[in-house]
Amino acid sequence: MFVRRQVLLAAGAVAAAAAAVPACAQEEAVKIGLIVPMTGGQASTGRQIDNAIKLYMQQKGDTVAGKKIEIILRDDAAVPDNTKRLAQELIVNEKVNIIAGFGVTPAALAAAPLATQAKVPEIVMAAGTSIITERSPYVVRTSFTLPQSSTIIGDWAAKNGIKKVATLTSDYAPGNDALASFKEHFVAGGGEIVEEVKVPLANPDFAPFLQRMKDSKPDAMFVFVPAGQGGNFMKQYAERGLDKSGIRVIGPGDVMDDDLLNNMGDAALGAVTAHLYSAAHPSQINKEFVAAYKKAFNNRPGFMAVGGYDGIHLIYEALKKTGGDATGDKLIAAMKGMKWESPRGPISIDPETRDIVQNIYIRKVEKVDGELYNVEFATFEAVKDPGKTKK
Amino acid sequence: MTTLPDVSTSAIAGARWRPGEIAFWIVVVACGFLFPSRYLIMTDIVRLALFALSLDLILGYAGIVSLGHAAFFGVGAYSAGLLALHGIINEPVVALVVAGFAAMVLGFFTSFLVIRGVDLTRLMVTLGIALLLEALAERFSGVTGGTDGLQGIEMQPILGRFAFDIFGKTGFFYSSIVLFLLFLLARRIVHSPFGLSLRAIRNNPLRGAAIGIPVNRRLIAIYMVSAFYAGIAGALFTQTTALASLDVFSFERSADLMLMLVIGGTGYLYGGLIGAVVFKMLQELFSTITPQYWLFWIGLVLVVIVLVGRARIHRWALWVPNLIIRQLAGRRAVVAVPESDPS
Amino acid sequence: MTTLFTILFDGVAYGMLLFVLACGLAVTLGLMNFVNLAHGAFAMAGGYICAVLVNNSGWPFFAALPLAFVASAAIGMVLERTLYRHLYARSHLDQVLFSIGLVFMSVAAIDYIMGSSRVFIKLPAALEGQFDFFGVGIGRYRLMIIVICGLLTVALQLILARTRFGSRLRAAVDDPRAAIGLGINVPQVFAFTFAFGCGLAGLGGALSAEILGLDPYFPLKFMIYFLIVVTVGGSSSITGPFLASLLLGIGDVAGKYYVPKMGPFVIYTIMIVILIWRPNGLFGRTAAR
Repeated sequence: MFVRRQVLLAAGAVAAAAAAVPACAQEEAVKIGLIVPMTGGQASTGRQIDNAIKLYMQQKGDTVAGKKIEIILRDDAAVPDNTKRLAQELIVNEKVNIIAGFGVTPAALAAAPLATQAKVPEIVMAAGTSIITERSPYVVRTSFTLPQSSTIIGDWAAKNGIKKVATLTSDYAPGNDALASFKEHFVAGGGEIVEEVKVPLANPDFAPFLQRMKDSKPDAMFVFVPAGQGGNFMKQYAERGLDKSGIRVIGPGDVMDDDLLNNMGDAALGAVTAHLYSAAHPSQINKEFVAAYKKAFNNRPGFMAVGGYDGIHLIYEALKKTGGDATGDKLIAAMKGMKWESPRGPISIDPETRDIVQNIYIRKVEKVDGELYNVEFATFEAVKDPGKTKK
Repeated sequence: MTTLPDVSTSAIAGARWRPGEIAFWIVVVACGFLFPSRYLIMTDIVRLALFALSLDLILGYAGIVSLGHAAFFGVGAYSAGLLALHGIINEPVVALVVAGFAAMVLGFFTSFLVIRGVDLTRLMVTLGIALLLEALAERFSGVTGGTDGLQGIEMQPILGRFAFDIFGKTGFFYSSIVLFLLFLLARRIVHSPFGLSLRAIRNNPLRGAAIGIPVNRRLIAIYMVSAFYAGIAGALFTQTTALASLDVFSFERSADLMLMLVIGGTGYLYGGLIGAVVFKMLQELFSTITPQYWLFWIGLVLVVIVLVGRARIHRWALWVPNLIIRQLAGRRAVVAVPESDPS
Repeated sequence: MTTLFTILFDGVAYGMLLFVLACGLAVTLGLMNFVNLAHGAFAMAGGYICAVLVNNSGWPFFAALPLAFVASAAIGMVLERTLYRHLYARSHLDQVLFSIGLVFMSVAAIDYIMGSSRVFIKLPAALEGQFDFFGVGIGRYRLMIIVICGLLTVALQLILARTRFGSRLRAAVDDPRAAIGLGINVPQVFAFTFAFGCGLAGLGGALSAEILGLDPYFPLKFMIYFLIVVTVGGSSSITGPFLASLLLGIGDVAGKYYVPKMGPFVIYTIMIVILIWRPNGLFGRTAAR
């Protein structure tokens, strides 16, 4: 039995060595450890990010400032201890220069101390809780924070004749962030919360929660469920006849993720959400992005894909700025304050918090050429993360 | 009357250290020095091995199946996490033992629910308990951090001297020592008269009761020991990763554990250890090659293992080592540890 | 008061769905003492077949449903003949290992073929929305589920109680050795039953896409629910799993509605209490084989 163990360990070591060989050969490479959930309930997040990065590297080539960019993809299935172990191994064994990805908040938080310790930039491309960037001076975010969109939809709802709102949010940090910031702004604007339901993160059937929403007879319901659950939610929303009883859906845009939107059916029509990205964003750069993404992966890009696309862009630009120097401190310094035009619109990295500053759009679901899209009708420019500016 | 000495001789013979076992532990220590870049995954394996050992104690020796062993793992993990987070007990070794006892207490109370019923009922009751605890941990997010897990755990150095490092060296040797000590204890237990009586119960509870074994009391005792082990494994998890999140209770954790143990074989203590090595290695290998579809290959391996037959695979795997041992020892020393599998 | 009825209605629909999904598992377990954790994979297969037929090939929903049944049953039959039958004599642990392996493979395979996003089946307009019945909101789709599953349950009961096949099956469940002695071809009975159970699961999978959501992780996510139905209900008849499904469905929906924060507790507590009280399930026989 011990021989088998040895053989296996040896096999593992050989496999690891095999993976490392091309890296050694290519001395001038910049390695990026991409840790995203590729399996499990959050898999679609990881797939979108991975796709977007592949697309970007196809378009822009895999060399920047004389360095070859090498992506090492790892699956953490959104389990934080996996994330931590993978991040640690990538840093220690593969000597990656940057770690990136992070599908969920606990995963991003788990990796933060490592980023500090190893002075390796951690590019958060998906997770959306406010506190993440505060956990390490090496964290930079290219996705979004939930307070960004939730405060704005709170203000918008209060100003647009919505008096009573029932809330339905997933019971974890991003959900609680979204709820808290929405509540604060909506109540300050004179609105009233009539019902507050937190649904467990892993939740097969929304029916009973929706019934509660219906019984509290609000003008609108504020919804946050993680990307991927939105489709199921809207199906049941329609099934329960909530669309007919005039209860509108408002919320941060996660529930209306472009990835799934077109399959949700006409019940989604008229839902108003505040978010950072819509596949229908009317800019040339976005049209090209959407067309290329659709062509390559046969699906519409969602906001997770944009997070990944901008994340890799940020890395490329930072490397250009440092002239290919991939030391952590220099990269972070280069990333701070960087501004560029993304498919989602103009964005920048806040030099103080290293969090993203971006436009938040208010959008309404409409039919465009027979397909459902979030059509933007109002823009709030250069929104910082209110979760931090508050302090 | 002549059978009596036979039984004790064979029991003593069974308890003797075999060359293969010594070799096994030498390999473990050697791994610590041979693969300094792989400490993290090896720590993971050691932890899982301890966890699998704890399941083997009840499944392999007492015939109690469990799909909710993560309950104890989770309690151990959160206990260790909370103790360290609030600075109640800073010494990791003491905290480890305390966490183990916390799990043991849970084991005592739940044992009454588990010793009733047949296999399937036990599976579901244990699973139910683990899921309940997961729901509780999620509900009382003020204490446990909810879905985000306990954040900001900082581990103090072990015995005030060995600090946990980023390479995981301390963690690996710490875990390995704990595993070895607990393994010695488990070995002592299963070869004691107490352990033998457990096997009698497993093979036939009615006969066990008829020859005067207090069946329920023995089952409760071993269940508690097993819970203690699982709690320690959980505490090691928290201490070496500085994390504790809801998934410590998850069904997947219990199910993977069961798979590992079954792959390695039940009822000879090394099964869980070997299973943990094999399973984790396969998982690591496949998920490095194909991060998206590694599940498929793991599944295929499981199916093939069953179709070929575990016993046969064990025989193949042991053929070479047996040959070497025979050559070296020059006698009919056999490293093959026969598997006894309750069905 | 009307809310109570709506909740009850939703719970019954949910429970019925669970029953159709899980009853094949109950029979497999009761008849051959085989722990088939891969049961959910057949449900997923049915769901995806239905989704492909309706969304891509433009079949009407009601034509795709029977095909989901037939296709899943066929897959079940093939796997039973080629793989499963070698494992009946093996230990439970081997069976668990094997069927979990199948689940893993099916999850990754579906992921590879169909992608990891959720799949929705386009429904005919007649099934969408809700109507009021004396103030009680009745979802059309859920009503259809209750009707279909109710008819199926009655049909199953009749088949078991009235037909020759049914009596053979019952005989085989009660005592396979005696049944073989009486000249009943137990393996054949089992092959048919297994395929039928898989077919039902496939049908259930197609029906549940709308309510439970259909993605590659379906078999893993709902494995626990199926197991609860089977253990709580006992595996010696179909009445047990039927009542257990209803109990689970109503308990789950009512629990989430009335005590949303305690939702998961309700189910697991009910299960543990029942299993402590009746270790062989509500309708299980006391003598374990």
